[in-house]
Amino acid sequence: MTYQNPPMPPRKSATFDDHTMAEIRRAAATGIYDIRGGGTKRKLPHLDDLLFLGASMSRYPLEGYRETCGTGVTLGTRFAKKPIALKIPITIAGMSFGSLSANAKEALGRGATLAGTSTTTGDGGMTDEERGHSEILVYQYLPSRYGMNPRDLRRADAIEVVVGQGAKPGGGGMLLGQKISDRVAAMRDLPKGIDQRSACRHPDWTGPDDLKIKIGELREITDWEKPIYVKVGGARPYYDTALAVKAGADVVVLDGMQGGTAATQDVFIEHVGQPTLACIRPAVQALQDLGLHRTVQLVISGGIRSGADVAKAIALGADAVSIGTAALVAIGDNDPAYEEEYRKLGSTAGAYDDWHEGRDPAGITTQDPELMARLDPVRAGRRLANYLKVMTLEAQTIARACGHNHLHNLEPEDLVALTLEAAAMARVPLAGTDWYPGKAGF
Amino acid sequence: MPVFDLATTPLRDLNQALHGVAAGANDTAFEVLNPRGQHAVAVGIDGPVTVTVRGSVGYYCAGMNDGGIVTVQGSAGPGVAQNMMAGTVVIEGDASQYAGATGRGGLLVIKGNAASRCGISMKGIDIVVHGSIGHMSAFMGQSGSLVVLGDAGEALGDSLYEAKLFVRGSVKSLGADCIEKPMRPEHLEHLALLLDRAGVTDARPEEFRRYGSARQLYSFNIDNADAY
Repeated sequence: MTYQNPPMPPRKSATFDDHTMAEIRRAAATGIYDIRGGGTKRKLPHLDDLLFLGASMSRYPLEGYRETCGTGVTLGTRFAKKPIALKIPITIAGMSFGSLSANAKEALGRGATLAGTSTTTGDGGMTDEERGHSEILVYQYLPSRYGMNPRDLRRADAIEVVVGQGAKPGGGGMLLGQKISDRVAAMRDLPKGIDQRSACRHPDWTGPDDLKIKIGELREITDWEKPIYVKVGGARPYYDTALAVKAGADVVVLDGMQGGTAATQDVFIEHVGQPTLACIRPAVQALQDLGLHRTVQLVISGGIRSGADVAKAIALGADAVSIGTAALVAIGDNDPAYEEEYRKLGSTAGAYDDWHEGRDPAGITTQDPELMARLDPVRAGRRLANYLKVMTLEAQTIARACGHNHLHNLEPEDLVALTLEAAAMARVPLAGTDWYPGKAGF
Repeated sequence: MPVFDLATTPLRDLNQALHGVAAGANDTAFEVLNPRGQHAVAVGIDGPVTVTVRGSVGYYCAGMNDGGIVTVQGSAGPGVAQNMMAGTVVIEGDASQYAGATGRGGLLVIKGNAASRCGISMKGIDIVVHGSIGHMSAFMGQSGSLVVLGDAGEALGDSLYEAKLFVRGSVKSLGADCIEKPMRPEHLEHLALLLDRAGVTDARPEEFRRYGSARQLYSFNIDNADAY
């Protein structure tokens, strides 16, 4: 008698799932790692795993629409003669001209300005369009120093020394030849069309002791006017924050691994760095241990999408947040209106991440003049401003419900966590308990 | 001539005064006494001023110089003339690491030796070193010229783009994608001009060898994995 299996649905491996096997085939076919833009796509503990408690018997809520809830924040109050006053605690993160089109950079500047906040240059230097359309512009000081010059340093409103970014802590920028147009090449002093790999370390300083001297030089060049930020990727947030403060930062920008990039290896994006949620409390702890919380401002980025995310990051101790990917989506990135073209590129709206190839149908991550022209910077800027305002209104709604008349009055005690992981990372109680992992006394 | 004695005057006063020189001003020659290794001496100059520093300086002297003529009568710490845009910086002694880093224009003359990473990520600056230079010099050099009358250390010109390197003495080793190239008449002419600008009178262009990029790492190639 022969045994026959009854009909069973085919079972796929959890270890070798469809994506994993497709990547093995892709690697076998091409012999080179996958390069892409954006941030991590894996599911991670995130701000979604936290909830606000809201007011109840022991807290009075504020009346929506009647009682004000402040949203302003001033960055750079530690040493700079001219700190930056923002109307909302949401800034636009650094993204380069080169990786983005000139129209996209202009749109970011317009949107930020309409909303009363700052935008930031990137690895490609400062363009006149960007400066002209950004009321408050932060100038990044990167290892590559492409286009770096004292005139732009002085016409910036703040300087951000970039040590790392969440998508690739320990990695440098990357811009493939398709996007090195004449203008991009000239701004970077590079031959046209090469695959440009930026340095990952600064060329003239190593470590926090040197950085202190470098920041001193930048302050002398700019007559101590400009706030100086130090941006780090989410690697060792307690010590990175403490050392940035020691080096003299006015502001620490901490970018978790959900933060995006114009281009890098997929393996880097998905396997290096810590989730944003895991970075906030250690950084705040470092500032508190130094007695400098709220004196040195903390800006958190990496996966910020909504007013709820803004409120949660601030409740955990941040002074402000920064958005990159969300800002690009607001101005048109991955818009389903271009679905047919995304499909031609082997992708779909919502998944398109080949930003390095310069063929973005939305005209954002490209230097192709025809594609660029699709993005109307005025309209796109308006969309970004709308989005920033919605995020701010959402954060205010939550803060009022928790009884706070300023977003900065939100506190960890307003939060609970839905998962053990989130409770441990955010150091707020697991919902329904008064405990979180690592809390003494249990 | 404004004189700043850094033994008694804050560095801030010196740099503020240098930034405050108006276009067309007559009193543009500054003298700096007792620098005693201070960092960021004479940084951010943005006009045709002349600064004579009588002594040795720390990090980033003449950083981002944009048109000034700075002479250091001593040695310089790391990052001298970093990101220079225009002008001339002369170090009469030795220079520490990263001399002329990321410089985009102007002329840096080091009359002694320069340590490691001289001309790192250079972007248009010309550097003339009378003595020798340390390892990893001109790393990722994009444009401009580095002239060395003495010897060069290990891994010269690693990951070089289009900077031109001229060495009279020995080169301990070349970095990834850096090769020796033939010295053609236009290079001899270019080098003669550089030597003249730097006030070098005891060296002839024919005594130098030229190094530049092999341009093999300009585009990703999986067969170059060991070089990435």
